[in-house]
Amino acid sequence: MPELTYAGAVNAALRRCLEELPETLLYGEDVAKPGGVHGVTRKLWKDFGDRVFDTPISESAILGSAVGAAMLGRRPIVEIMWADFFLVALDQLVNQAANVRYVSGGRLAAPLTVRTQQGNSPGACAQHSQNLEALFTHIPGLRVVVPSTPQNAYDSMLSAVHCDDPVVVFDNRTLYFGEKQEVDTSAAPAPIGGSTVRRTGSAATVVTWGAITHRVLEAADRLAADGIEVTVLETPWLNPFDHDAVHASVARTGGRLAVVHEANVTGGFGGEVVVRALEAGVLSARPVRIGAADGRIPAAPALAAELLPGTDRIETELRTLARD
Amino acid sequence: MTEDRLEADLAAMWRIRAFEEKLQALHKSGELIGSVHLCIGQEAAPVGACTELVDGDALFATYRGHGWALAKGTPTRELFAELLGRATGVNGGRGGSAYFSAPEYGFYGENSIVGAGASHAVGAALAGKHDGSGRIAMAVFGDGAMNQGAVGEAMNFAAAFDLPVLFVCENNRYSELTPINDMVRNDQLTERATALGIPATRIDGNDPARVRSTVAGYAAEARNGGGPAFVELITQRLVGHYIGDVQQYRTRAELEADGLVEPLAVATSALAGSGVDTDAIEGRARAEIEAAAEQALADPFADPDTAKEHLYA
Ligand SMILES: Cc1ncc(C[n+]2csc(CCOP(=O)(O)OP(=O)(O)O)c2C)c(N)n1
Ligand SMILES: [Mg+2]
Repeated sequence: MPELTYAGAVNAALRRCLEELPETLLYGEDVAKPGGVHGVTRKLWKDFGDRVFDTPISESAILGSAVGAAMLGRRPIVEIMWADFFLVALDQLVNQAANVRYVSGGRLAAPLTVRTQQGNSPGACAQHSQNLEALFTHIPGLRVVVPSTPQNAYDSMLSAVHCDDPVVVFDNRTLYFGEKQEVDTSAAPAPIGGSTVRRTGSAATVVTWGAITHRVLEAADRLAADGIEVTVLETPWLNPFDHDAVHASVARTGGRLAVVHEANVTGGFGGEVVVRALEAGVLSARPVRIGAADGRIPAAPALAAELLPGTDRIETELRTLARD
Repeated sequence: MTEDRLEADLAAMWRIRAFEEKLQALHKSGELIGSVHLCIGQEAAPVGACTELVDGDALFATYRGHGWALAKGTPTRELFAELLGRATGVNGGRGGSAYFSAPEYGFYGENSIVGAGASHAVGAALAGKHDGSGRIAMAVFGDGAMNQGAVGEAMNFAAAFDLPVLFVCENNRYSELTPINDMVRNDQLTERATALGIPATRIDGNDPARVRSTVAGYAAEARNGGGPAFVELITQRLVGHYIGDVQQYRTRAELEADGLVEPLAVATSALAGSGVDTDAIEGRARAEIEAAAEQALADPFADPDTAKEHLYA
């Protein structure tokens, strides 16, 4: 199995899709010749000719042309460089892509994948720091995945591209050039959805997705050192979401549930996870939502750190939950 | 007279260059964190244009806006402090390199969303129509931003309502890592403006005097009810799109050629033999910048307890 960074894993998955699915296209700002501003799409342009190309800074046309090409039989993979930049072109996903299959009664489809990345990194400004997954998960007709590891990223990309509906893949740029890991690049593409138990313990179930999974695991390790073992259930797919796995796990962990995401708490997808657990009757303790404070994200790292959920805060809140 | 002007312009351009070069050093030393877009090579645009804006006018720039903020008179120390996450920054550290504002100086802000500022300028002009100020607004953006729908909408909006907006397009030939000419069929960007009924000119953006006289003409017309105008400034950045961009997409020959036409080199050679001590101009600028950076570095970091302030009225 090759050892790959997260970026390398995405690149390998894209390469495989371009090789195996002649109907795929890959385009976006700076993705071809420059290889992407984060280097994720490096060299793909060399090997796939005009199926991989750079575009103008025209997010509406990037997304809208992907919708149109998908309706006519292509399988576009397009990049929105920063999730924040989606916002200049949301019509093409929300009013357009999400409606194609439904309104045509299934005679048309929009099998497109949008790659993007999100979240704060030190010094990033308020317009380059948001976590917008809940906004897209709110929209019926779109699929959403937020991976956290090279394997996860590889598998998600493969599943997303093979999916016959529009999928948004949210990376987090701080993960791109982390440690290399062995990635199984040979398995057949899995259907979208599912979740992964990252560690087990009976004190509580902690549901999480995306880059913050790593902080959650760190916090869980610290708790384990004190004899508090929690289950960490990573749910990269937010649509479809593995509520069943959450409920089964919560039932095994004393009815205790925490959800952790980097996005701010109000309207975050954590709220939905908690309410579904409540409706399923599996909660016996006060559920905990951990996310960024409801605020804009300041550029100064010292200010941002105050608002974003760090390992210390996650540890403290989980400790309280486990003792509840 | 023109020599005096050129001397002053060179000094103003050196302040910007020295500021930006200091940022390179601070980024290298780890004191400046995050994505930083420098305007090294593009100093003539703000220096030429900003003298034609008066109190009450409104300027909207982009993430590559340090030079514009400086040319509008924003104090260097407060700018450094902003970029260094200090409490004394123009926005107390909230904005950072790519998204600060200094309205006290007519600088209504950078923007990190390509093209977003153009319609803010339209709104500033619209406000001027109703508040009796007679304000004109200036929107600065890059060549790549011309392909953003919001810019086209803003230009037509201003045109339809004869709003006094000067659209200033700094054409440095690249949008991030991609040449503008690969992303358009017609590289005459001014024709997009003229198609909308907006008078437009493409000029040498490395000549502050030329920038100034062009902006002055359009500004006078705008103040007299003449509506919007569009100026395309042909220029170049001598550095990467952001600090850390190694510019593999540019040849050494191209960078060398750019080095010959960049505004400081041109102004310096124009002043050769005039008796003006251009080294001293540079030295004064660097001294001012060093002192400001030192002060900012000694300022306290933004207080985490204030992180939630100012979200709502
Ligand atoms: C809506 C949007 N899309 C993409 C980006 C990413 N981005 C930032 S700067 C830039 C290039 C802009 O080029 P240009 O307008 O020529 O300005 P320059 O950087 O050359 O000054 C891009 C694509 C963004 N910030 N906003
Ligand atoms: Mg440009």
